[in-house]
Amino acid sequence: MKQPLKSRNRSGIIERTLTDINNTLEQSVFAEKISRRGGLLQVVDPRIKLISMIVFLLTVGLTRQLAVLGILCAFTFLLAALSAIPIGFFIKRVWGFVLLFTGIIALPAIFITPGPAIADLPFGLSVTKTGVQTALFLILRSGTSVSFTILTILTTPWADLLKALGVLRVPDVPILILGMTYRYIHLFLHLTDEMFLSRKSRTLRKLSGKEERRLVGEVASHLLGKSLHLSSEVYLAMESRGYRGYPKTINVFQIRWVDWCYSGAMLAILSAALWFGK
Amino acid sequence: MLNKSSLKKIPRWIPAYYILMAFWFLSTALHIPDGYLSPATTTVMTILVLPFWIIGLKKLREKISAKTVSAVALFAAFSFVIMMFNVPLPGGTTGHAVGGALAAIILGPEIATIAISIALVIQAIFFGDGGILAIGANCFNLAVILPYVSYAIYQAFSRNQPLDSKRRILGSAVGGWAGLTIAAFVTAVQFGIQPAFWHAADGTPLYAPYPLSVAIPAMVIPHILVASVVEGLITALVVAYLIRANKPALEFVNKIETSSAPSNAPKWRTLWIGLAVLIVITPLGLLAPGTAWGEWGAEELTSLGFSFIPEGLEKLSGLWSAPMPDYEIPAIQNPTVAYILSAIIGIFIVVGLVWLFAKLVAIGRKPEPQKS
Repeated sequence: MKQPLKSRNRSGIIERTLTDINNTLEQSVFAEKISRRGGLLQVVDPRIKLISMIVFLLTVGLTRQLAVLGILCAFTFLLAALSAIPIGFFIKRVWGFVLLFTGIIALPAIFITPGPAIADLPFGLSVTKTGVQTALFLILRSGTSVSFTILTILTTPWADLLKALGVLRVPDVPILILGMTYRYIHLFLHLTDEMFLSRKSRTLRKLSGKEERRLVGEVASHLLGKSLHLSSEVYLAMESRGYRGYPKTINVFQIRWVDWCYSGAMLAILSAALWFGK
Repeated sequence: MLNKSSLKKIPRWIPAYYILMAFWFLSTALHIPDGYLSPATTTVMTILVLPFWIIGLKKLREKISAKTVSAVALFAAFSFVIMMFNVPLPGGTTGHAVGGALAAIILGPEIATIAISIALVIQAIFFGDGGILAIGANCFNLAVILPYVSYAIYQAFSRNQPLDSKRRILGSAVGGWAGLTIAAFVTAVQFGIQPAFWHAADGTPLYAPYPLSVAIPAMVIPHILVASVVEGLITALVVAYLIRANKPALEFVNKIETSSAPSNAPKWRTLWIGLAVLIVITPLGLLAPGTAWGEWGAEELTSLGFSFIPEGLEKLSGLWSAPMPDYEIPAIQNPTVAYILSAIIGIFIVVGLVWLFAKLVAIGRKPEPQKS
């Protein structure tokens, strides 16, 4: 999430990009920290978590009853509490985003969806019943989906999540690329951070729009050149460590009793949701 | 069915203004979250994007050396990071770019599809930005439409031009701008068809609530003015810098192309152009009166003078109700637009299925010896 800088002046693009980059880094470090805590979702097998996430999202997508969506939404809070995720952080991360984003998009639907009017407002506007329902559908559906996705992300180390993708029959090469990309995103974020920071430390006055555009273009191009140059070096490094065109992974996942319990519970809850949400 | 009388009271300008403001937020990101599209739509979009993934992966695995694996990973990381840049626009606002046009210019559209898809998957799976079920739709819009359109325009501008030609900069700017605008249009169509197809018995839209008449202007106008300008600007800035300082990067795609350029490319192009012309002239059918011979429904048979309708025909005629009856899309009033849109959707589905079938057949055959 973007946070306003403490400085009173309208911040320039250097500061804003720096804030964005640092927030992303902080987020991923914080997610890794939570994934190491002892909680319900942290002990469940990543493969089970991944599959249950997809089934959960499908259930949320197919439900046609607002009450069922509400219950599924409450269920994500229960899971968050059982998984040692600070509730304040969870609400801010999920619902702050959803209300700011989806809330604003859903709001006009309350007034412009044709249907029986339930309240009249000034300027000839009126709130319609179907409008309120459709806005609630959109907000609850996207909020509950984001909640469960964030729960899975926060409680699973990224390496495990990546390996679990193999269960979904994702071919090896994309998984390999995904893993390498994730690794290099961090490197590039640090690099960009340093480039912008070094420029900021040498900047005394506010840059003009033209100078800022030039700066962004230069940093982006330098990063591009660096990635093309690095790609050949990374390949040599991979080859020297025995890469012959296809990746190999060491799989150590094991299904335990807790996984069976979790799967059973999820199956029961989601089947009930699908049944009552028809 | 719907009570339209309450709608009449609303001044027309208020919703239009408000929705424009609301979609502004969405348009700068263009990552569709889960819950906006019905599961049926996301499934169709995933099926549509599959052939492009297969083409990209095939190109990656067979035609080029394994070296490209690391190049794609690095480029996907680059796309991800570039999406975080705040690009200042003339006039004071800033926006985020996707980097899709740039990826297409450097890597070629097929491999750019893979690189951007990877960046989008990482955003969805590891950062929760953009939906999981909507990955197929997001990849189709940003990793297929955007790079292919931008690349075609860039190529049109810079074909047979020297590496330091100014036309390359112009082509990359126009390509980035048009690519993202068309991607926004395609996204708006996905949003806009939701209320027509998926609503509760009382008319409540179950997913994205706005019809095409609202979704298209609300998505496309902010893009034309801001987000696409950012995409065009960052693409042109980087291409201009590469021309000044790093020309080999601009030739990266040529190294890939020379090893794999299909010899029958022009033939295919003619075919696609022909198909596009056919799509545009489909509404001609509206001029012809009556129904195609032999395609009469039960009601039309009666009007043709048949006094007896076979019982089986009468029963079966209600069995399948098409999502787009008579090629009309309920949310679109203009039959010509609806016709063209139906044609595009139909062709996408057919081409997608044929492609998938051909791939499945090809997979069943003996694999060619692996080049290392």
